[in-house]
Amino acid sequence: MSKNVIVIGGGIAGMESSAYLAAMGYNVTILEKEGKLGGHLLKWERLFPTKRHGKEVLEFLSQGISEHVSIIYHADIENIERKDQVFNVHLSKGTSLKADAVLIATGYETFDARKKEEYGYGIYDNVITSPDLEEIFLSGKGIRTASGKVPQRIGLVHCVGSRDEKAGNIYCSKVCCVTGVKQAIEIKEKLSQTEVYCFYMDMRMYGFHFEELYKEAQEKWGVYFIRGRLSESCENADGTIVVKVEDTLAGKPLKMTVDLLVLLVGFVPSEGTRKIGELLGLSFNSNRFIKSADEHTMSNVSSEPGIFMAGTCTSPRTIANTIMDARSAAATVASYLEGYNIEKRTIHRNLK
Amino acid sequence: MKNEGKKLIWKEYQKEIADNKYYYVRSCVRQNFFPGAETTFLRIMREVLEKDIYENPSHTTCTGIGYHSDIVPLDTAMTVVARQFAIMTESGYENLTPSCITSFGLYTEILDTWHHFPEVEQKIRGLLKKATGREFQIPKNLSHASDLIFKFRKEIAQKAKYTLINKNTGKPLKVVDHIGCHYAKMFPHKGVGGAEYPYVLAGMIEEWGGEVIDYPERRHCCGFGFRQYLVQANRGFSIACSQKKFESMAGYEPDMIITNCPGCPMFLDRWQYAISEMEGKVYGPDGKPIPVFTFEEVAGLVLGYDPWDIGLQVHQVNTEPLLDKIGITYDPEKKYNNKFGKSMGKPVIPESLCEAHGIL
Repeated sequence: MSKNVIVIGGGIAGMESSAYLAAMGYNVTILEKEGKLGGHLLKWERLFPTKRHGKEVLEFLSQGISEHVSIIYHADIENIERKDQVFNVHLSKGTSLKADAVLIATGYETFDARKKEEYGYGIYDNVITSPDLEEIFLSGKGIRTASGKVPQRIGLVHCVGSRDEKAGNIYCSKVCCVTGVKQAIEIKEKLSQTEVYCFYMDMRMYGFHFEELYKEAQEKWGVYFIRGRLSESCENADGTIVVKVEDTLAGKPLKMTVDLLVLLVGFVPSEGTRKIGELLGLSFNSNRFIKSADEHTMSNVSSEPGIFMAGTCTSPRTIANTIMDARSAAATVASYLEGYNIEKRTIHRNLK
Repeated sequence: MKNEGKKLIWKEYQKEIADNKYYYVRSCVRQNFFPGAETTFLRIMREVLEKDIYENPSHTTCTGIGYHSDIVPLDTAMTVVARQFAIMTESGYENLTPSCITSFGLYTEILDTWHHFPEVEQKIRGLLKKATGREFQIPKNLSHASDLIFKFRKEIAQKAKYTLINKNTGKPLKVVDHIGCHYAKMFPHKGVGGAEYPYVLAGMIEEWGGEVIDYPERRHCCGFGFRQYLVQANRGFSIACSQKKFESMAGYEPDMIITNCPGCPMFLDRWQYAISEMEGKVYGPDGKPIPVFTFEEVAGLVLGYDPWDIGLQVHQVNTEPLLDKIGITYDPEKKYNNKFGKSMGKPVIPESLCEAHGIL
């Protein structure tokens, strides 16, 4: 009789790990809190660095969801009990499910930009976030200011809620730099006469083709990159936004008016990640994501036997890295279910 | 601009403000700058709100100006502040209410330092004991005088004789609120409404009928900034700061400015005169300068106090145009009389732009 795996979360990581676990013959049930699969991928029109449409990747992921994968939508987990090697997952609607292993794929949320009070999100009409801009792209509507005008100048602010001790997040979210470059190019594609300024601390173009995209933004599209962190933004009487920033390459303070300001928000652990981690008594790392048993060698393994993680519930990741991590998690879960002693191998610390 | 967004932030920055029994400590400089403000505050607290508020003549400067000007070392500042706490304790009070924003900021900073480094508190206790033989209790509640007026703004509104409404147009007066830098910029959770969108003065303005103006340089320093002004060679920075604010707010045509810091009304008021002399420019509507007030003066005005009793005659920018907009009655002939009704002598009015523009 094949074993049961419950995958919590039906985003990229949950879908891809389910596909591989099902392919290996396990009975997989995805518990998804929303009414459809796809998670954040549903909200991104095009993806860096290729500018491929997000729905293409979603289509690929969907093909992996075979008849061996059951899906429970609008799932609200009330409690998870463990007896010997078996987990009993209780849902709020009274359903209970048994599982031999639990894979957490509860992901991230974008940083609530209102917490960077000095940038005025939620207060100034023409301050939006990168997901808001993506929603505009998805809707097919033109990029307009709150009053319906074509913006003549748009600013993008990097590292909003990332690498920011004041915001409580010291880590890099890994995707915002290149998202900013991608969105800057997309703005120029749609509004060629609009000036686009990116305000950054560092441009972390670590991924394959990221640097090329960054170069394209400057050379082909004329996007301006200004090294300096925004200190504040304010609203003019006409609704335009005044930004104050130090141009650290020129060594001068800079004050500029933009028609639209886009905040490139970072990743924080999702509410689901926090809730499920707490329900299962898991450890969290210093950045509040679920802690892996070892960052180098046990990235999918939790502090409790039989409970595994995939994707951004452990740290920020790109889509490509999330898919790889999901397959890695599937292999780890399968090995555990087949009796392989995952923790048999140990790390020797302080080897000289 | 979405006011609901601000309200969400204000909810995050609520502070506890004691209900009664305050130990009041005066500012070093306010009695020279705007001498009626503190007296008006005490009058409102005692006569209108019927609160127990006590001040002790033995209290001294908190050394905040010296500390922020890099003249007074931190250990000295902490020991002087410990002495203030000791006098409060000896007077039988637990709730400290400074008049000065910099004092409030310094007290807050010292209490926070002691919270995180208890050994520093012990050291300062030792120094105070050695120097004066005194001991002290940590204040149970630390609230700035503007926190108290904010707390009781509704009670004041109920007893008000006037509102911040233009009697000729029936529209709310447009009011710039300027918060002293040391109120919440260092410790946002110690200020009503936080540091980015402070509510302490905005709450009073709203309650008393006015409309708050949010202009781009709202957060900018008034121009005092201690080292900008105290070092004479830096005074160009001081007036440039004030000018930057005036330029930014002018387009909104403000009827008045309200402040909660000793230095801010001084600089926002006096530099308007200086700029008018230097540049021939004023920033209020109708070619007039913008009257600048302390929050105590505004509270006194809405309660119907005589403008000359609360010290409006020492403002550089004439306040009469604003009094006329509200409909406050006053006797122009008594403007420069002392409290015994005798003339103090009128200031010399220079034959310059100032006179033409309604500056004293």
